[in-house]
Amino acid sequence: MPLIKDNSFTKDHWTALPDGLPLAGAVDAIISFKRLEQDWDEISLHNGRVGVLLDNSSDAEALQPYLDRLDLVVLEFPVFNDGRAYSQARIVRSQLGFSGEIRATGDVLPDQAGLMMRCGFDSFEVSGGQSLEVWQRAANSLTLSYQRNYPKVGEKPRHDRSERAAAILTDTDRAGAAL
Amino acid sequence: MYRYDEFDINFVNARVDQFRDQISRRLNGDLTEEQFKPLRLMNGLYLQLHAYMLRVAIPYGTLSSRQMRQLAFIAERFDKDYGHFTTRQNIQFNWPKLEDMADILTHLADVEMHAIQTSGNCIRNVTADHWAGVAADEVEDPRPYAELLRQWSSVHPEFTFLPRKFKIAVTGAPNDRAAVAFHDIGLKVKENEDGEAGFEVLAGGGMGRTPVVGVTIRDWLRKKDLLAYVEAIMRVYNLHGRRDNKYKARIKILVMDLGADEFRRQVDEEFAKIDAPEVLLPEEEIQRISAYFAPPDCEKLDDNDSTLDGHLKENTAFRLWHDTNIATHKIPGYAIVNISLKPIGGIPGDANSAQMRIVAELAERYNHDEIRVNYEQNLVLPYVRKSDLFQVWQELVDAELATDNLGLVTDIICCPGLDYCALATARSIPIAQEISNHFSDAGKQREIGDLKIKISGCINACGHHHAGHIGILGLEKRGQEYYQITLGGSGDENAAIGAIVGPGFSYAEVVPAVDKIVDTYMDLREEGETFLEAYRRVGAAPFKEALYAAH
Ligand code: SF4
Repeated sequence: MPLIKDNSFTKDHWTALPDGLPLAGAVDAIISFKRLEQDWDEISLHNGRVGVLLDNSSDAEALQPYLDRLDLVVLEFPVFNDGRAYSQARIVRSQLGFSGEIRATGDVLPDQAGLMMRCGFDSFEVSGGQSLEVWQRAANSLTLSYQRNYPKVGEKPRHDRSERAAAILTDTDRAGAAL
Repeated sequence: MYRYDEFDINFVNARVDQFRDQISRRLNGDLTEEQFKPLRLMNGLYLQLHAYMLRVAIPYGTLSSRQMRQLAFIAERFDKDYGHFTTRQNIQFNWPKLEDMADILTHLADVEMHAIQTSGNCIRNVTADHWAGVAADEVEDPRPYAELLRQWSSVHPEFTFLPRKFKIAVTGAPNDRAAVAFHDIGLKVKENEDGEAGFEVLAGGGMGRTPVVGVTIRDWLRKKDLLAYVEAIMRVYNLHGRRDNKYKARIKILVMDLGADEFRRQVDEEFAKIDAPEVLLPEEEIQRISAYFAPPDCEKLDDNDSTLDGHLKENTAFRLWHDTNIATHKIPGYAIVNISLKPIGGIPGDANSAQMRIVAELAERYNHDEIRVNYEQNLVLPYVRKSDLFQVWQELVDAELATDNLGLVTDIICCPGLDYCALATARSIPIAQEISNHFSDAGKQREIGDLKIKISGCINACGHHHAGHIGILGLEKRGQEYYQITLGGSGDENAAIGAIVGPGFSYAEVVPAVDKIVDTYMDLREEGETFLEAYRRVGAAPFKEALYAAH
């Protein structure tokens, strides 16, 4: 599946490793959360980087003990209007302070990408036919926002406790952000 | 009232541009209808039985004359010269064309209005008490908080694809005119023991297939915690609300499944993780927004006005209208004027462009330029001097807007039903019209007294039938419309869900049935007892007897 990062197609260095297949060599492997929990001793010694796929009914906070060893968290949109992964990303990025990559997979549409970025996603697995030009336009079509405690579209994801900004625009923000 | 600054204007314009692009991608096939649907819904655009319908937000029901005139212009130019005021402080246009849509939204943006999130599984238009700022019983004007919530919820990155739609209402008075207990979140401004104003928070209320009166999940919340606490509720709901069945996806089902205590515990746990709530909602911001809602400069007047008294003595028609449609103002010498959009035999909530312009004109001349829209589908002029009332009334008479039936049996709440709505199972508007014609006699209406009839054209309950003293729900069985009648519902501070009185009625049987219910009440009522009080005293039995006993 094509991968979009920073508004352009990019090579995907990660390999999704189905449960049961051995974790060998220096491959950058995406494994299921179940396996992460079960085989933690083995995984923590792995030579390559480790990413995890968390389904959208699982508790994102359960990732906390493993985050230091993870470089990628993959969250799912089984259908575009199932919005649980927005909250999961927010928790992982902002409450748990994860600074690695958060990737959206599944039914990932350009008109939702702006919202996803603001919740902490920074890479997107999209379907084959996606035009980059449409993606760029749709993903960046609404760059103004009211919620100061979420980054703006195009701003670097914040992994500090970004709630320490107002949840609405204050007078100063308004003056600065109006254009 | 709130005025957009440059940021708000740019935001709404950017949103219109975004939608314009989405429409063109739909038209050239880049977007499938399935993908386009949530995008158009989040911009208030529905596909109805005969045409598109555009639902425009009137946040907390406050409009300026300029805005009302723009609605009149849109009705005239892009629709069939009328608009329909809904039960959620919105106005709907029933006949716009898709190709005009972006232009209509631009015209709205020109007067600081939009259709953002008037539909879709997101946080909808935030509603408030329509007498906010002027009611004598008010602790505080709830609209600054409704405006804060409007801004905070506008294109919220995390809460735009919720399990289901989400409605928030705010009231600042103990007498609840915003039906907060029937909302996903209901907020009541109230004082704690130390006299500090904060919020009582209710959650899990709603109408629809499973009507539920919301439960209090927080007795008292500091104002500065408002956004943090609402964020906590939203996150719990977004993660745990059901998504497998749309009839079980509202937050009320989550609250019922978990139980109020467990739901409260989860919200509190989430709330605790959001640090420094006062940072989320700075006091300066509350102050800044509140300043917009400062009362207009009202004159110091004597509460009694001798010219008014004279007109009341001389003119019976004026007196009758005054009795029903005027409410007590908190400022001496002023009155709250309620304009009924329920003419006898008319369509509840409809107004044509000429009427909208007259109301705009009156608001400008007599009312500090402010109009309110309420969920009972009527309009309000909240600041009229008592000495101007007669003049205002005369002009309303000329515009056919002086129906003197506020709160009476013909002041019916009614959804569009099968005349427009794609989801309807039965007609609702013609039922409202027939009931209205049946009880057209002004004397009879007054004899009956306070009585709220509410009609929905399907189980979705947009006509709030569950909260009607008499509720009427239109259904369909084997190709025939039939109507279920409920009694004893109420949307006020003693919120109650009406109970189904018995087997349903055919279309033709509804008016006779309502008539029997009303007669039964009049026979059994005690001195000064309203319909609802009488029903609460005697229960359903006498009404059942009248409706179903073989004679
Ligand atoms: S109650 Fe049903 S028929 Fe009436 S407006 Fe709502 S969805 Fe349509």
